[in-house]
Amino acid sequence: MQGIEVLFMGNNMLRLWGGLWVTLRLSLISIGLSLFIGLFVGAFMLVKNPIVKAICRVYIEIVRIMPQLVWLFIIFFGITKLTGIDLDGETAAVIMLTIWGASEVGDLVRAAFSSIPSHQFESGLSLGLSRVQLYVYIIFPQAVRGLVPDVINLSTRMIKTTALVSLIGVTEVLKVGKQIIDANRFEYPNAALWVYAAIFLMYFIICFPLSLLSRKLTKKRGE
Amino acid sequence: MTMEEHIIDIEHLTKKFGDNVIISDLSLSVSQGEVVVLIGPSGCGKSTLLRCINGLEPVQGGSVKLHGEPVEHGKSSLYNIRQKIGMVFQSYDLFPHMTVMKNVTLAPLKVQGRNKDEVTGQAMELLGRVGLADKADAYPSELSGGQKQRVAIVRSLIMNPDIMLLDEITAALDPEMVHEVLNVVLDLAKGGTTMMIVTHEMAFAEAVADRVIFLDGGVIVEEDAPEVFFHSPKTERAQRFLKTFTYSK
Ligand SMILES: Nc1ncnc2c1ncn2[C@@H]1O[C@H](COP(=O)(O)OP(=O)(O)OP(=O)(O)O)[C@@H](O)[C@H]1O
Ligand SMILES: [Mg+2]
Repeated sequence: MQGIEVLFMGNNMLRLWGGLWVTLRLSLISIGLSLFIGLFVGAFMLVKNPIVKAICRVYIEIVRIMPQLVWLFIIFFGITKLTGIDLDGETAAVIMLTIWGASEVGDLVRAAFSSIPSHQFESGLSLGLSRVQLYVYIIFPQAVRGLVPDVINLSTRMIKTTALVSLIGVTEVLKVGKQIIDANRFEYPNAALWVYAAIFLMYFIICFPLSLLSRKLTKKRGE
Repeated sequence: MTMEEHIIDIEHLTKKFGDNVIISDLSLSVSQGEVVVLIGPSGCGKSTLLRCINGLEPVQGGSVKLHGEPVEHGKSSLYNIRQKIGMVFQSYDLFPHMTVMKNVTLAPLKVQGRNKDEVTGQAMELLGRVGLADKADAYPSELSGGQKQRVAIVRSLIMNPDIMLLDEITAALDPEMVHEVLNVVLDLAKGGTTMMIVTHEMAFAEAVADRVIFLDGGVIVEEDAPEVFFHSPKTERAQRFLKTFTYSK
């Protein structure tokens, strides 16, 4: 039972929360960038030009079929090798998460707009709304309503995926946990259990409310 | 305005989808206060004709005019013309993210720039007329199909249009709701609203129409007063079509 003491020794708890903050910061930055870039990806996928559409499709599929870990290594080690630019781990992490996130957001944006029935456009137009008014009052609000729960879901996946970046030396919450476990390996052999339980709880505290919120918004949309 | 003033003039209209000719050299006028019912087999181009009148479809020949002003797909003048043409579709097409009141008042406020109190007052009055005064704050998802279509009618009416185009507005409704919607349309007809109505409800068509137009193969096959069309149609094609609505053992 004494493994639990490890959590409260020194500033271990503080260090874990600090690690969680790194996780959250990287996720937040990446989600922000993904949203920005993903809106353009989605918009490009909705244009009529088949070449533009195909390029976006290929991008999304390639990102989807390769494990994120492979992307992370390609960016972190590959770019450093190829260009000599010394990327720090956090930057590489944000690049990987953004490449992935933007492709997901792009596909969500495409889906959100193309799921709006053509009658919504036509009823708006037949009331005399201009194109701009049509989008501002009718199309965008419905698309956003569809997008918000999906983007929240994506955020929770992004927070979880951020755990990968401990593998390129970024000290996020999982890495901090490992350091604590390693430092106490001999005195407290079962510390790992407690540390991971604490990390589990931390992820839960962050992700569960998001997941609830997303579910609630989805339900509201389907009413 | 005399009874004879034309609201809509369709002249030599031709509409194709690719090589498919849907409407071929069709001419037709609708006068002030007149109710014209369009009847014809499925796929004969009734919806397409209404969509052309509202400029939702590009046409390949001829013209549609509202009060002498050409309705042209893709022209900016279209936005003004559409305010004067009310259109209600078969599918429930209320804006799902807005309350009934917002659905109804959006266009008069944003498109016509009218005063909010005045528009809200008219909205309440019209909703009352179709028996939905208590639903002003409801969302479309809380309404039955029949209620949605009545709101859709009010949403068009509040623009004070010169003509209403109704495209099979009861086709997607459960039978017991058809009546409540068609009664609203009958009331409008009594009140002198100019309308073009596509419907498969023959009894309703006969009751509401001043003139029946039977379309087939992209042309007007027969054009009659309703008593004539439904009881002694002249053309063989109309007779055959009407037979599909009667049953005998
Ligand atoms: N966007 C389109 N592209 C190609 N063909 C179309 C399109 N819209 C309609 N058509 C064709 O045009 C013809 C007329 O269609 P329309 O919807 O006007 O018929 P309708 O008389 O309203 O039939 P219904 O009674 O079934 O509603 C049909 O053969 C249809 O397949
Ligand atoms: Mg039709």
